[in-house]
Amino acid sequence: MKIALFATCIVDAMYPRTARATVTILERLGHEVIFPAGQACCGQMHVNSGYFKEALPVVANHVAAFDTDDYDVAVAPSGSCVASVKHQHELVARRCGDAALEARAAVVGAKTYELSQLLTDVLGVTNAAEQLGSYFPHKVTYHPSCHGMRLLKLGDRQLNLLSSVAGIEMVELPEAEQCCGFGGTFSMKNADVSSAMNADKAANICGTGAELCSGGDASCLLHIGGGLSRQGSHVGTLHFAEILACTLDRPATVLGEVQLAGGKR
Amino acid sequence: MSNTFLGMPSLPVFGSGNLNATEPFPKAARRELANTQLRANLGHATATIRDKRLKVVAELPDWEDMRDSGSAIKDATMANLPALLEQFEANFTVRGGVIHWARDAQEANEIVTALIQATGESEVVKVKSMATQEIGLNEYLQEQGIAAYETDLAELIVQLDHDKPSHILVPAIHKNRSQIREIFLREMVDVDPGLSDDPARLAEAARKHLRKKFLSAKVAVSGANFGLAETGTLTVVESEGNGRMCLTLPETLITVMGIEKLLPSFTDLEVFMQLLPRSSTGERMNPYTSLWTGVTPGDGPQNVHLVMLDNGRTAALADKMGRTALNCIRCSACMNVCPVYERTGGHAYGSTYPGPIGAILSPLMTGITSEENNSLPYASSLCGACYDACPVKINIPEVLVHLRGEDVDSTRGKVKVPTQMDLMMKGAQWAFSSGSHLNLLEKGLPLGKLVAGRNKVIKKLPGIAAGWTQSRDIPAPPSQSFRQWWAKEHKPGSAVGPGTTTEGEQA
Amino acid sequence: MSARDEVMNRIKSALRDAPVAPEIPRNYRRDSHMGAGQRLDLLVDRLVDYKANVFVVPAADASAKLAELLAGSSSIVVPHGLPESWLAAVKNDAGTVRLQVDSPERRLTVEELDAVDAVVTAAAVAVAETGTIMLDGSPSQGRRVISLVPDRHICLLLAQDIVEVLPEAIARLEPTSPQTWISGPSATSDIELERVEGVHGPRTLDVVILN
Repeated sequence: MKIALFATCIVDAMYPRTARATVTILERLGHEVIFPAGQACCGQMHVNSGYFKEALPVVANHVAAFDTDDYDVAVAPSGSCVASVKHQHELVARRCGDAALEARAAVVGAKTYELSQLLTDVLGVTNAAEQLGSYFPHKVTYHPSCHGMRLLKLGDRQLNLLSSVAGIEMVELPEAEQCCGFGGTFSMKNADVSSAMNADKAANICGTGAELCSGGDASCLLHIGGGLSRQGSHVGTLHFAEILACTLDRPATVLGEVQLAGGKR
Repeated sequence: MSNTFLGMPSLPVFGSGNLNATEPFPKAARRELANTQLRANLGHATATIRDKRLKVVAELPDWEDMRDSGSAIKDATMANLPALLEQFEANFTVRGGVIHWARDAQEANEIVTALIQATGESEVVKVKSMATQEIGLNEYLQEQGIAAYETDLAELIVQLDHDKPSHILVPAIHKNRSQIREIFLREMVDVDPGLSDDPARLAEAARKHLRKKFLSAKVAVSGANFGLAETGTLTVVESEGNGRMCLTLPETLITVMGIEKLLPSFTDLEVFMQLLPRSSTGERMNPYTSLWTGVTPGDGPQNVHLVMLDNGRTAALADKMGRTALNCIRCSACMNVCPVYERTGGHAYGSTYPGPIGAILSPLMTGITSEENNSLPYASSLCGACYDACPVKINIPEVLVHLRGEDVDSTRGKVKVPTQMDLMMKGAQWAFSSGSHLNLLEKGLPLGKLVAGRNKVIKKLPGIAAGWTQSRDIPAPPSQSFRQWWAKEHKPGSAVGPGTTTEGEQA
Repeated sequence: MSARDEVMNRIKSALRDAPVAPEIPRNYRRDSHMGAGQRLDLLVDRLVDYKANVFVVPAADASAKLAELLAGSSSIVVPHGLPESWLAAVKNDAGTVRLQVDSPERRLTVEELDAVDAVVTAAAVAVAETGTIMLDGSPSQGRRVISLVPDRHICLLLAQDIVEVLPEAIARLEPTSPQTWISGPSATSDIELERVEGVHGPRTLDVVILN
């Protein structure tokens, strides 16, 4: 299968490892990965902040980059960016009166999958240890990000993939379904409430005794990790794609060697 | 498109009363967040109710079917509102009820006052009602020399404490039992000085306090949960029996109801009376539901009035995206699951309607440009928990985003200094509307690494981003972006095999 | 322009985009799949959960059960249409229990109602799934106020009037009758969202199911 990678702006710029892990996993399964070079961002930040007019060229750019027959499915290692592509792009086009873009956005949206969705529903990966050779001998807790959970209805797909990694010890996160408080510009406009939410998330994570917290959205992990780091915690955050990409031969060591997304390691 | 319609008033006509925040949400939230007792009380109460709701919702195999029905019934109600109101009016009137119409809060208050004055009474008992909170009826009546006694336990607590409600179902959710005990000891005449803080004892104290009032009241004021167009029937849903006392003992009953509270038929109640109790108190059914249709000879009040209230509801109805907010049945499930509400409480929202639904309903009813209500649509991380919990499937996050757009658009074209947010969005528009623009920007990433320094984190950013760094670090950016790595180093299939994830990314 | 006409015009103006009323799906359960015994058991379970006292007795024992429950009470009120046979044993105990009948000809005052120990009524229908008994103001149930003011409500219910789900009960009720739906004794969740029984309505609810 020919798979187009939508890296998403935050992964592209801040967490290239997550995108590379995604490529690794897909190529390990024997698929061809392409990277449409025109891509930039889904425009979610603009839309969620009310800047529909400014979002329009961002959405148009994404649709232009992905509206081709050059690939079978598109994938992004982010629930919220995929939710934006699937749910917001048509809305933006409609609100700005661009019917042609609305129609093309619907086509792109239908072809776009979140990584765990693609792995589970399309590529049939149910056991990461067996099918991907995933090995990660660490104690991990998991935060299900809101948009993946509620807009994409991912259910336990990410968690199940993580749980099937060899050597991993998953510990349950109390109040896992509570938002971490990121919410894009919410974290700046309502910094106090956002910080209070993040503090509670951090306390729950630290209470599990896990070495790190995994999830499926770099933005939430940046937020959670940033809070943990500020509190001086040694618990870090790591995208689930990176855990799936780790193997027995080439493990990511969590001590010192790897810089996790936030946290002090 | 013109806003005028032949022979029609120009829309929207906004509401007044207790719908406006008086300070921006972030400022009010900051103050409330500092109240650790409030945080603890809210955390306990919302966690309790969340668990109860989940448990009783999980019991029903057809919960989602019911939500679909509820949502469609309300959408249909809004689409057919003029005909349904006329039908309701005819049925209520033919059975001896009297209907009054109020354009806004002031007019509603005047109508209720005149009706009370006509009875010669100077006291009324009240059933908890959001509509009368919204119009500020109690305060207005007080100015006219009429004492209004709230009879719902939580409303009583708030009234005795000279406080404001902070939740639409449990107005005193911000108080814990020991605080309630103190209020009773301080404010209730004849209270037992040995009163404990056991909720059962506190409820008993409220019973004793109000018993005589109920048995002697001549006039009651209520809201209504539903009005059934097909029959002209009104419904009040409650728990304590204070509602039944008010609805059956006095001679005169005055009900204030928003025009959006209609349901087409009696049959529709079978959907809403399953959705509402489970969503609100987390019970399979609330202890008491009363239904009355105009006047029943020999049973209950013989002098029955209904005030139909607009007060900004038609403004909300005129907003195609926003009108779904009028589907709200005031269950409060959205606030109980909202992580923002749980931490700030209801007072931070300013309006009578707090929480997620309030953050859309209040600005829809008052206009987004009204006072500080333009900060309310931003009082959400858009986590979506409210939409999942809403029994009538109001897509609150979508309407929040829509209203943010209205807010941003309302300032466009005005001569003003761009805000930092405007500038940030403009800059991001440039960066994100082209792969090559983003690539150009990403070439500056090593600079960020330099800024981060030896600790590999950025601890302080200026301006609007300072909100982020007040409690969060930003990790040092990588030395190259993914797209740069892809262009330079990726070879198709080269990643096959283990462990390439961390390569080249060590600190 | 009158307030009515103005509000109506505002509504019509607000709806000038002519939104289409959707078809109403009704895929939720509207009838029972349970047998009579299951419905009875479910209702008992739900009533007990709401801290009501529940007694299931053969219909022939209604009178005896009622007399037993009222032992120790000095006065009760009943609606004029309550089946005479239910009251036979109570009437035999005349002298110990003062029986007052509320009727269109002789309506008890609020003070009189406040002075009685208990009210005995029938019910129109009961919903097993929600533990709800429904009173519709018919002669066996009386005016709304009589089942409200006394501190104890004893409700006799025929097992054949138990339905499983709410829609079945709705189908049986006359919409314009003055209705009271009762699920357990008076209660509140206003303090820390924890339910406690007993506020303004009857603090004791006894349900006698006649099988």
